[in-house]
Amino acid sequence: MTDVLDRPETGLNLKVVGTRPDRPDGVDKVTGRATYGADFSMAGQLVGKILRSPHPHARILSIDTRKARALPGVKAIVTGADFPEQASQEMEGGEGAANIRDIAMNCLARDKVLYDGHALAAVAATSSSIADAALALIDIRYEVLPHVTEVEAAMAADAPILDESRFTTGLEAKPDKPSNIVSRMQLKRGDLAEGFAAADVIVEGRYTTPAVHQGYIEPHACVASWSADGQCQVWASSQGQFMIRTYCAKILGVEASDIRVTPAEIGGGFGGKTTVYLEPVALALSRQAGAPVKMVMTRDEVFRATGPTSGAVIEVKLGAKSDGTIVAADVVLKYQAGAFPGSPVAPGCMTALACYDVPNFLITGYDVVNNTPKVAAYRAPGAPISAFGVESAVDELAGKLGMDPIAFRLKNAVRDGVKAAYGPTYKNIGYVETLEAIADHPHYRVPLGPNQGRGLAVGFWFNVGGESTAAVNIVDDGSAVVISGNPDIGGSRASMAMMAAEVLGLPVERVRPIVADTASIGFSMLTGGSRTTFATGMAVTQAAQKVVEDLKRRAAEIWDVGIDQVEWANGSALCLDAARNKPDLTLAAIAAQSGKTGGPIGATVALNAQGAGPGFGAHLCDVEVDPETGRVTVLRYTAAQDVGRAIHPAYVEGQVQGGAAQGIGWALNEEYVFDAGGRMENAGFLDYRMPVASDLPMIDTVLVEVPNPRHPFGAKGVGEVPIVPPLAAVANAVSAAIGVRMHDLPLSPPRIRAAVDTL
Amino acid sequence: MSQLDFLAPTSAEEAARALAASGAEGRPLSGGTDLLVQLRSGRLKPGLIVDLKKIPGAIGIREEGGGFVIGAATPGAMLGEHPSLGRVWPGVVEAASLIGSTQIQGRASMAGNLCNASPAADSVPALIAARATCVIVGPSGRRTAPANEIAIGPGRTSLQPGEFVLEIHLPPRGRRAADAYLRSIPRTEMDIAVVGAGVSLALDADGVITEARVALGAVGPTVIVAEDAAAGLVGTRADDAAMASLDAAVRAVCRPITDKRGTADFRTKIAGVLARRVAGIAYARAKEQK
Amino acid sequence: MSKQHITATVNGDPVEFLSEAGATLLDALRDELGLTGSKEGCGSGDCGACSVILDGRLVCSCLVLAAEAEGRRVETIEGMAEGGVLHPLQRKFIEHAALQCGFCTPGLLVAAKALLETNPDPSESETRYWLAGNLCRCTGYDKVIRAVMDAGAELRQARVA
Repeated sequence: MTDVLDRPETGLNLKVVGTRPDRPDGVDKVTGRATYGADFSMAGQLVGKILRSPHPHARILSIDTRKARALPGVKAIVTGADFPEQASQEMEGGEGAANIRDIAMNCLARDKVLYDGHALAAVAATSSSIADAALALIDIRYEVLPHVTEVEAAMAADAPILDESRFTTGLEAKPDKPSNIVSRMQLKRGDLAEGFAAADVIVEGRYTTPAVHQGYIEPHACVASWSADGQCQVWASSQGQFMIRTYCAKILGVEASDIRVTPAEIGGGFGGKTTVYLEPVALALSRQAGAPVKMVMTRDEVFRATGPTSGAVIEVKLGAKSDGTIVAADVVLKYQAGAFPGSPVAPGCMTALACYDVPNFLITGYDVVNNTPKVAAYRAPGAPISAFGVESAVDELAGKLGMDPIAFRLKNAVRDGVKAAYGPTYKNIGYVETLEAIADHPHYRVPLGPNQGRGLAVGFWFNVGGESTAAVNIVDDGSAVVISGNPDIGGSRASMAMMAAEVLGLPVERVRPIVADTASIGFSMLTGGSRTTFATGMAVTQAAQKVVEDLKRRAAEIWDVGIDQVEWANGSALCLDAARNKPDLTLAAIAAQSGKTGGPIGATVALNAQGAGPGFGAHLCDVEVDPETGRVTVLRYTAAQDVGRAIHPAYVEGQVQGGAAQGIGWALNEEYVFDAGGRMENAGFLDYRMPVASDLPMIDTVLVEVPNPRHPFGAKGVGEVPIVPPLAAVANAVSAAIGVRMHDLPLSPPRIRAAVDTL
Repeated sequence: MSQLDFLAPTSAEEAARALAASGAEGRPLSGGTDLLVQLRSGRLKPGLIVDLKKIPGAIGIREEGGGFVIGAATPGAMLGEHPSLGRVWPGVVEAASLIGSTQIQGRASMAGNLCNASPAADSVPALIAARATCVIVGPSGRRTAPANEIAIGPGRTSLQPGEFVLEIHLPPRGRRAADAYLRSIPRTEMDIAVVGAGVSLALDADGVITEARVALGAVGPTVIVAEDAAAGLVGTRADDAAMASLDAAVRAVCRPITDKRGTADFRTKIAGVLARRVAGIAYARAKEQK
Repeated sequence: MSKQHITATVNGDPVEFLSEAGATLLDALRDELGLTGSKEGCGSGDCGACSVILDGRLVCSCLVLAAEAEGRRVETIEGMAEGGVLHPLQRKFIEHAALQCGFCTPGLLVAAKALLETNPDPSESETRYWLAGNLCRCTGYDKVIRAVMDAGAELRQARVA
């Protein structure tokens, strides 16, 4: 690991932030004690299981549950009819807007099933085997309909239509026929035709990516308990306990305050746990059964019925002057949404050219429904897909111009003051620095052997802020508890504790971070969008600052001096009035007598954080291709990223390494494979083929720190940027190694061998 | 709900009787790495599982008459740990060691790999190239069959109701003879072979191939023994021309399907590539086996 | 459905439990014995989150029938720290930030312990191949591999001293 580069002087004398302490939840997680979704149980709980559609597209004619109900041990059966009717209603929810009716219909189908694996009915029984037997006794009659899984086939005029009431929005003329194209969006600047007319070199290509899954190792799981008085409890692993509360309340038509959601430890999410699948169903079963219900998905269910991200077609045309200035870009993005609207095509469009200062461009995006599982957010939703197309085209263009890929990108790089393609004007960005970090890295100069290739690609993510609540409470022994409402998905307890410790002047070991349930802390948006360290961290920091102000006030009261005579340093109050000759008052000393100075010491801050600084990364990948078998070996991988300030650098590196690894998997092997009948053929880890330890080299990271002035310690979100560049970095490396431009992911051995055979 | 029973008999005869009595409902269990997956997915709903591991000799390797006898439930990891098996039959050991992860190696057996009858089973081409034989126990006693007669189609075997494989026998090896196995997978580990190839060779004192056997996995409904390809190697020193004709002869006998793991065209091409590479490894090993 | 009575040794202690014939050792550990440190990520032996050591051999407990554990010795993540003192691997995982969500961690630790008991000085490549059956989606494996190799070095040092 390269040590932190370029730590600019900020005037902050940081003692905790930027160090690498042990994470506070580490011991529980290495001893097996941490309680994940499936690890929690209640006395008297029933086993809940879901019946899923074997058809990718069918009308449900009838569901007969009588035989299943008659089976001894069966305590409840629910179908879509057990949820109240919903109006189509867009609401702020997970990552971006969500339609509560669609979410409900994804949890339990109504009228139609829209993909293989779509949930139809659920059973709660006294044992797993009875629940299985009951599912087999549910009799469903279908009218099987033609289906469509691929995005361009779904856009075709003669495609089977998923929803006859849907007409494409965003077109100049109102369409007269229903369509699977939900919407079209466009971003534009300048004059495209003029731009291409001025270009000396033009490249044009059509790229494709398959649907891929987030691949968290923990399957979805929850326990739900609906009491006779209408008070509900849910224990679940997710990226947001408040998200679960909101969705369950809306889907079931109850008051949100009647549902208390306790976050379990989460075994990976990557965006895939930003919505509900089981929880409303488990609550409905519990209500009917009068007992708690536990539901745990199998891996097959996770693949067939939860969040992949879009398969897509990306068309890119770029034009540049012979000096390397990009003058025009035309990008078309067609993204699968799956069964219901809402692909990440909008962020795909907005990020597509975010790294480039282009005077003339048109970016067109299509959100397209098709008969595959409804997509869910996946780490920088939409951005890796458009970046794959754009960065491949940029690589090709640099090659045609005979320019070094870093020099070419630097020539066209966005910098502070440049208006981003998606609207705002950049400030305090560290993009150029990441490119320079790669150029300076020894990796860039390692000589390549035969059949080896090197690929570079860059990536961007907005990073978001948003609503968070945090409390800092001082214990009378001088230690502190930090309470927040964001599940710790990759070490955020550590960063929360560190920021509080920094402000309070305590050793980090004396700060205990807690992730609270929905009744024990105020609202917080879910863990996603790379927002937690930034936004919740800001709430924690401000709460700790309020506590420090209170501690100073109390010290002033004890000393009988004005508060302006008290300074807080190193966890103690200092009396500035030297004449008083007061010894410093430690936090513990003030806490011990808090009863005399106004009672318990603590502060809560609820805020809507603004000013998340956008993140940029540049990745460099070396591969070796076996031209006879088409197999790719990743030899070297280096990722540079502007992280603002690394609160806990080891976990920041971990985010970058993990994102890079997911991106490498996406590039090389991962994909949803559907048979002619529209059924997923590889719904298991064996044939889905995520990277294993022996598939990867060490992943070197360079943390560039261009601080974000809108965060107390300069932090920017870090989790999403690192999955944006790898698809193109790997593809550019493979293309260089074999001498053929690769346009389609995954870069599987058959595809590479076929490309080699064209030479 | 169907009833499922579990037995762990201490003799082969007892196991055979129990399996025979259960008819098509019974399933023998060795390492369980295929059986438990099939149970879990619901593809298989047996009424009886008979664990073979308590039968004397079911786990273990013994040298006999210059060859080796490998108990049916011997996990892959034990093959690699054996002091001489890997020297005499390196291809068989490397093929078995490719099955799954370290965890799978702690359980999975070659007999199970054989009787699961997947065309892509890694150890099977190597066993067939090695002319391994199986001791089969059934309600009417014991019989012996060559390894290539066990699988008769994907998931189907020639075993009769109540029969199970108790031992795998690897024959003795002369001097200047060796085997090798390679497979093609997209990742480095944890994948099912897209193509597998096992080659066993014997040479004379001048390094000329006197005996050759070539077996191909995942390019047909069962492992294909490429007779012409093997015959073409005999009399050569595995030179470039011999390798080129091996590649062509192997491609000529492949009858693969296109599925989620690879296309028919790709499998055929790769079979030729692997056969060449495996023959090269086996040849180099044989030259060193003095 | 008839249940079988099983006696086995788990983390050095005798245990007894009842098991349905189709239940796995993982089911028994989690549901009958309350040892939820072993995780189910796939139920098909492809992720390694349920790794345990059975009579000295690393296995996926989801691919072992509970009934097969009769009379046998099982070691799980819960037995790895001795008397409240973390095993060097556990300490190194925390020190190196080798876990993010932590779900695969118990399986990785059990597998790594089996590695270092078999091969006290593994190379990076040997470590990666040994652990190929333990999927981790968070870390990209970099820090995991470093932690295992560093723990190996510490254990070797301790043996010399």
